[in-house]
Amino acid sequence: MTHDDAAPIASPDAGSASAAIAVARLTKIYKTATAVDGISFAIRRGSITGLLGGNGAGKTTTIAMIMGLVEPTSGTVEVLGHTMPDEAAAVLGRMNFESPYVDMPMRLTVRQNLTIFGRLYAVDHLKERIAELAAQLDLTDFIDRASGKLSAGQKTRVALAKALINDPELLLLDEPTASLDPDTADWVRGHLERYRRRRGATILLASHNMLEVERLCDRVVIMKRGRIEDDDSPAQIMARYNRATLEEVFLDVARGRDREAAQ
Amino acid sequence: MNDLSLRIAPHRIGAMVLRYWYLLLSSWPRLLELMYWPTLQIITWGFLQTYIASNAGFFARAGGTLIGAVILWDILFRGQLGFSISFLEEMWARNIGNLMMSPLTPLEFLLSLMAMSLVRLAIGIIPMTLIAVWFFDFNFYSLGLPLVAFFCNLIFTSWAVGIFVSGLVLRNGLGAESIVWTLMFALMPLACVYYPVQVLPHWLQLIAWSLPPTYVFEGMRALLTDHVFRIDLMLTALGLNAALLLASFAAFIALLRSARRAGSLLSSGE
Repeated sequence: MTHDDAAPIASPDAGSASAAIAVARLTKIYKTATAVDGISFAIRRGSITGLLGGNGAGKTTTIAMIMGLVEPTSGTVEVLGHTMPDEAAAVLGRMNFESPYVDMPMRLTVRQNLTIFGRLYAVDHLKERIAELAAQLDLTDFIDRASGKLSAGQKTRVALAKALINDPELLLLDEPTASLDPDTADWVRGHLERYRRRRGATILLASHNMLEVERLCDRVVIMKRGRIEDDDSPAQIMARYNRATLEEVFLDVARGRDREAAQ
Repeated sequence: MNDLSLRIAPHRIGAMVLRYWYLLLSSWPRLLELMYWPTLQIITWGFLQTYIASNAGFFARAGGTLIGAVILWDILFRGQLGFSISFLEEMWARNIGNLMMSPLTPLEFLLSLMAMSLVRLAIGIIPMTLIAVWFFDFNFYSLGLPLVAFFCNLIFTSWAVGIFVSGLVLRNGLGAESIVWTLMFALMPLACVYYPVQVLPHWLQLIAWSLPPTYVFEGMRALLTDHVFRIDLMLTALGLNAALLLASFAAFIALLRSARRAGSLLSSGE
């Protein structure tokens, strides 16, 4: 983790022109339930930011609004300098995502799935790109097997390959290591770290795994009941709550203990 | 996915068609199913036509009216099913989110579904027409140029219905799937597939004449019984189809937006 070279953006609106993601006063109300309540933040290009929060905190809805899958009730979303969803055409080819809410078509082989997504994203030299991803993500042994016949760990690696097929500048990940054994999860985290370093990509990930966030993220945005509870580097947040781990901070936030009380 | 974009990139449409092609080839029961029902239909109705023709003077003169109606109805019905099943595959596979997040536009997505409906239709209908020739001495292709007009009008209607029901499923989830299988049957009595429009009460005739397929089935009967190709009927049907396609596309975009507002693209189950 390199906190020193990835300081958080000072204010939600500051530097939004150079931000990979800038959301302002973002709100989502489903009928009578407020899922996201007027949040604002900006994420610097090339950083890895973790979106933390318990169930129902609004993480998935926030990511879905950034992706354009869910329309905000109010507020704005800018991605790579373009307003979503009006200018989506300018950015959708430059970003990608992985989420437990979507699957790859099960009856197609891994290679077929990657070929189709590669064509959708107009990837040059697609065969070579698939071979490269297969080598990097260790897919070679099962690349011609139906996606539905893979183990959970293999499926996650394939989903990650799909998310990386277009070499995206911006990667949105919702629980990227959920349901993985510790070894595979650690391997995925390592790959994401290497990808960010090589590509200079921006990564926003929602996770329940505090160790993962501590290891990967330059910055953490903690959400609770649709609002931002805290927003800083993991070290700063842990210092503020006087806790040794993010997990302890998470429990403080979830159980309603504020920073002063924790100190 | 930018909802209102009219961009069309052939490589993206090709990618989607390739996806459905892989899917079709991955399951022989699905391939067989495409031919199974049309074959049963043509055999049942073909024998009925043979029986009626030997006992009734009108049908003896209007040889092939029933078989022709069966084949044209199957073009309409299976054209819509071919469109909608490809769409449902995305819902069943929980792949809609992946597509909506990709550079694929709704228009490109719908065009790929149309292309696939033609492929699926060909697999189902061509064997059906060959059986009609071999067993019942009815050469569907001898209709000639009018057949092109019949086919185009029916397939346009089937796509319009397919686009609309796909929007409904997108908005309401797989709980609305039954509409895909049943909506076209609501048109059947009104489109006058097996009988002329005059059979209907006057007020129902007005509704029947608002449906493009009615013009096709009337046109087919005029061709087979009176040996007259009613181009006026085909042009009216074409105009109605253009309006229907535009309305269904507008409805699809409205339902897609509503799905984004409701968050239903994230949960494509029931």
